[in-house]
Amino acid sequence: MTTTATRPSAAAAPVPADLRRSALPLRRRMTDGFSKGLMGLALLIALIPLGLVIYHVTSRGIAVLDWDFIIDDIPNSARRAGGGMGPAVAGTLLITGAAAAMAIPLGVLGSIYLNEYGKQNALARLIRTMADVMTGVPSVVMGLFIYVSYVLIVKEQSGFAAALALGCLMLPVIIRSSEEMLRLVPDELRQASAALGARRWKTTVSVVLPAAISGIVSGVMLAIARAAGETAPVVLVAGTIFTSNWTLDGANTTLAAQIFKNAGEPFPAAQERAWGAALTLMVIVLVFTVVARLISSRFAIKER
Amino acid sequence: MTTMSSDFTLSTLLPGAVPAMPVASATPVMQLENVSVFYGNYEAVRGTNMAVREHQITALIGPSGCGKSTVLRSLNRMNDLVAGARVAGKITFHGQDLYAPDVDPIQVRRRIGMVFQKPNPFPKSIYENVAYGLKINGIKDNMDDRVEQALRGAALWDEVKNKLKTSGLALSGGQQQRLCIARAIAVKPEVILMDEPCSALDPIATGKIEDLMHDLAGTYTIVIVTHNMQQAARVSHHTAFFTAELDEAGVRHGRLVEFNDTGRIFTNPSDKRTEDYITGRFG
Repeated sequence: MTTTATRPSAAAAPVPADLRRSALPLRRRMTDGFSKGLMGLALLIALIPLGLVIYHVTSRGIAVLDWDFIIDDIPNSARRAGGGMGPAVAGTLLITGAAAAMAIPLGVLGSIYLNEYGKQNALARLIRTMADVMTGVPSVVMGLFIYVSYVLIVKEQSGFAAALALGCLMLPVIIRSSEEMLRLVPDELRQASAALGARRWKTTVSVVLPAAISGIVSGVMLAIARAAGETAPVVLVAGTIFTSNWTLDGANTTLAAQIFKNAGEPFPAAQERAWGAALTLMVIVLVFTVVARLISSRFAIKER
Repeated sequence: MTTMSSDFTLSTLLPGAVPAMPVASATPVMQLENVSVFYGNYEAVRGTNMAVREHQITALIGPSGCGKSTVLRSLNRMNDLVAGARVAGKITFHGQDLYAPDVDPIQVRRRIGMVFQKPNPFPKSIYENVAYGLKINGIKDNMDDRVEQALRGAALWDEVKNKLKTSGLALSGGQQQRLCIARAIAVKPEVILMDEPCSALDPIATGKIEDLMHDLAGTYTIVIVTHNMQQAARVSHHTAFFTAELDEAGVRHGRLVEFNDTGRIFTNPSDKRTEDYITGRFG
């Protein structure tokens, strides 16, 4: 009430406004401080599980992790101490790599079709819906699908079957995240390119993709990281081995599968191997993410 | 009313405006015959007849929503990129029907370039922005010379010659628009379409672009859409005045009201609506 009463007189004889923060009503200052505090707290709470995971995996895994652990064969008796995760490291790199090699080109090209060509036509809308549905399929179901549609037919568990399952899991994630990134590229750039006489494919390759590449890489890395950590489909369709198999034929294993297997054993030696495998997997994903970031920043366009 | 039209001249309307250059009857490069543009079932512009003359500047003016940009974008088939857009009537370029079934819109756009309302350089280096059009047109030799020529042509070379590798987005708005002009002229089109090229720029940058248009008119044919009547009076040789009108069914359509030499349009318009618009009584 007082503020409204002072307004006319302030207009009549202008008093220099007090612009200091302390001149604000206490309630506003408190609300401001409270909101900021709340946001900081939320961030902190979100970081706690992440920090604890990193702390535990590192502190437990670092004792086991050395070069021998990365290259040595897995002991074929879980009870026995020593040995390493060589076959699982090989399997993780090979299977995730093969899955990525299948899913990335398909996914990125699919997203280009959806955003640059199909847009809102019936086929594009169908693909979009199917991709959304596929994103929600639990990984164990995808493993079962590959088991009945591939493993049972060729009558062999193999690294390739695991790569197929992981590729199917990655595909919808890559399609949808890449499409979102392409959607963010302003239409003005496409028009400018078209006005110079560029065909749509040329515009897509030389203007749209470079503008979206860093976002696409982020989406792809998330998909790869998720695939590298998938356990159920690998256990179902890849079988298990104790010596390295650097081919996609025949049974194979991955770090995630070995974590699952070893952590379930009652023997301390096996549990130590599980922690070591967990740390190894985390480091592998981290290294790939950093490398992908470096590569994409090289291709990405500079804002300034 | 009579007193109004007696002292109603270009010089009183626009002090300092240069009377439009003598308009020789240059050969028409493009002809529009009864052109209507549809978006879906909606007829955005109906029945446009006009010509675009070689090495001259043709301005399209009129209030918002009168269809002048729509007409401009139909001249190099940019409307093809809009779903549901369709052109009726005939637009010819050197006598060739632009919308004939076997005409490739890509070929059309290589000869009829475009500069947009909002400067839209690619998020690439200044050099790459200009070289892009050359590359997609398969030109690979003397790239540096061609880029320099285009940047000189757009009166930008002196400002950017020492930072060709920096991003085009780091330039000011006016410089970005001149970069877009350089990019358009690098591929040596015959006609350059400009869709309100100065509406996002300050008066100084606008002046530079207008000077540039005068220079370019010697080499290129220019069609410009502008909201700014003074700009049309300053730069153009011919002016087409569009307005939006309700038809019998109460639907708004853009219409070409008058097309004539710019001097005539601004000093002695034959249509009452043109006179009302340029004297500021409407629009």
